[in-house]
Amino acid sequence: MIRMGLKDELQQEVAGQAQDRMTLSVGPHHPATHGVLRLVLELEGETIVKATPEHGFLHTGIEKTAEHLTWQQAITVLDRMDYLSPLSNNLGYSLAVEKLLGIEVPPKAVWTRVLLAELQRISSHLVYFGTGGVDVGAMTPIFLAFDIREMILDIFEEVAGSRLHQSYFRIGGLQQDLPANFNEIMRNFIKKFPERLEELKSLILENPIFIDRTKGIGKLSPEEAIAHGLTGPNLRASGVPYDVRKAFPYCDYDKFDFEVPVGQNGDCYDRMVVRMREIEESFKIVQQAFEGMPEGPFRCEDRKISLPPKAEVKQSMEALIHHFKLVSYGFDVPPGEVYQAVESARGEFAVYVVSMGTNKPWRVRVRPPSFYAVHALPAMLKNCQIADMVVVIAAADPVFGEVDR
Amino acid sequence: MSKGPGWAALEELRREVIPEILKAFPEGVRELPTPFEIPQLQAEPGQIRPLAQWLKARGFNMLLDLSAVDYYPHRQGSDRFEVVYHFFAWPQLWKLRVRVPVGGERPEVDSLSDLWPNANPAEREVWDQFGIRFRGHPNLTRILNPDDFEGHPLRKDFPLRGHRDLITDIPLAERNPYQPIKE
Repeated sequence: MIRMGLKDELQQEVAGQAQDRMTLSVGPHHPATHGVLRLVLELEGETIVKATPEHGFLHTGIEKTAEHLTWQQAITVLDRMDYLSPLSNNLGYSLAVEKLLGIEVPPKAVWTRVLLAELQRISSHLVYFGTGGVDVGAMTPIFLAFDIREMILDIFEEVAGSRLHQSYFRIGGLQQDLPANFNEIMRNFIKKFPERLEELKSLILENPIFIDRTKGIGKLSPEEAIAHGLTGPNLRASGVPYDVRKAFPYCDYDKFDFEVPVGQNGDCYDRMVVRMREIEESFKIVQQAFEGMPEGPFRCEDRKISLPPKAEVKQSMEALIHHFKLVSYGFDVPPGEVYQAVESARGEFAVYVVSMGTNKPWRVRVRPPSFYAVHALPAMLKNCQIADMVVVIAAADPVFGEVDR
Repeated sequence: MSKGPGWAALEELRREVIPEILKAFPEGVRELPTPFEIPQLQAEPGQIRPLAQWLKARGFNMLLDLSAVDYYPHRQGSDRFEVVYHFFAWPQLWKLRVRVPVGGERPEVDSLSDLWPNANPAEREVWDQFGIRFRGHPNLTRILNPDDFEGHPLRKDFPLRGHRDLITDIPLAERNPYQPIKE
């Protein structure tokens, strides 16, 4: 049965392998693969000698679809890639197109983007701790983590009108202004969050069973991590302090005071600690962005790019023409190509956009950080026990919407 | 522009390393204008492997990204596609883009999968989506699309909804005939 789905070269390998080895196919329908990952493991007893990831089950042709939508419409399909942090996808793409257009985004939009992108990072890491806890057999963290995440999703619902795929960052600014009760809900969140996080933290990082299951598992040296193209928390856990927000700051990140947490051993435990400390740093940025939020317009005033206010459309003929033109045709973007990297919850999420001067993108290439993380799994899984496989996958934190696109 | 160490590093790369590259590869590599921060080079398909080996020795230890762009129908000859490499050097914070035009009946470039392990899946994806071959790749198979997929979907002459009809007149029983079990 196992042989049926294997590719030719794997079949040959099975035929030629040593007598005491066993080939085991895990997934794609396995709850611990965090989506639809299939791993072909070669085992010697219970030790993994070789692992081959196979993915593509969630491939929906998002890059191809984006080429057939206008620049502004493409944001909605890009949302569906990294479904745990869609705002980072929006941010990378909007920044890239704004660079090609050569427009300035008003400060209020920039700071709101920072605030919501950091909230998104917190919510994404909370899912990581919840599901990661289930993978090592702890049922309590998922309820705590999802409860905290619920507070963040409520904020998203108030701000953008939807909880998961917000499409809130648009080219030129934001989709709509912040709601009237924004200050109130944010103060409520800032008051409650640290206490709730402390509860989750003590449950995970100080739990002896958790430490036993994760310490020393799936080690990667800094050189290996760099060679495999890992970025984000997975790279920093190996002791490489590379963060796009610090090295190539976008969105005024140089004006915020935060640290880049770094691990030492590059094992699963360090990957968890780095993410937990990242939640705390992100919360620091959220507080700063909330307190220093500038006043002013929420999207750029260029009527050729952003929609005119509805009141104006009812009064002015020109505004009506702009509205009609933007909704039906969109806008042309000057020819060129740009590579814009942002630090998403999973690492360096970069968009390479090519424009030929038309109202549709010629090519939207996304550098998916989880794609490279999945292909670093064989290096992490080498000489692991089969029972630790789930922990290694959970700690690498791949999101398959993004791997397969 | 925000302040950060990376921007100064890119300036340094443009000032110091790029002239070195152009000196080491007088033919087949040329500098392109830099409209947005990251310096870019254009290399001939035959030059990418020696260039990549040179860059790796010079400190570019990460292959950040490897993808391709199809310029059909604007370009139809031997430069129809462009394979785009982004190299990154840690801790120098250099980012460099190398664009390699390929085309013709059988577009092909050299594989870098023995230099950086993550070139292996990235090159498989480019082969899957664009049909560009990588000479010397150990396992050039489809990665996102199913193995029996026809065509290369990110090519511009591939229709959005595919070559095959979604609705056909062929009855279900004939579309999915009984086949004897093979061992």
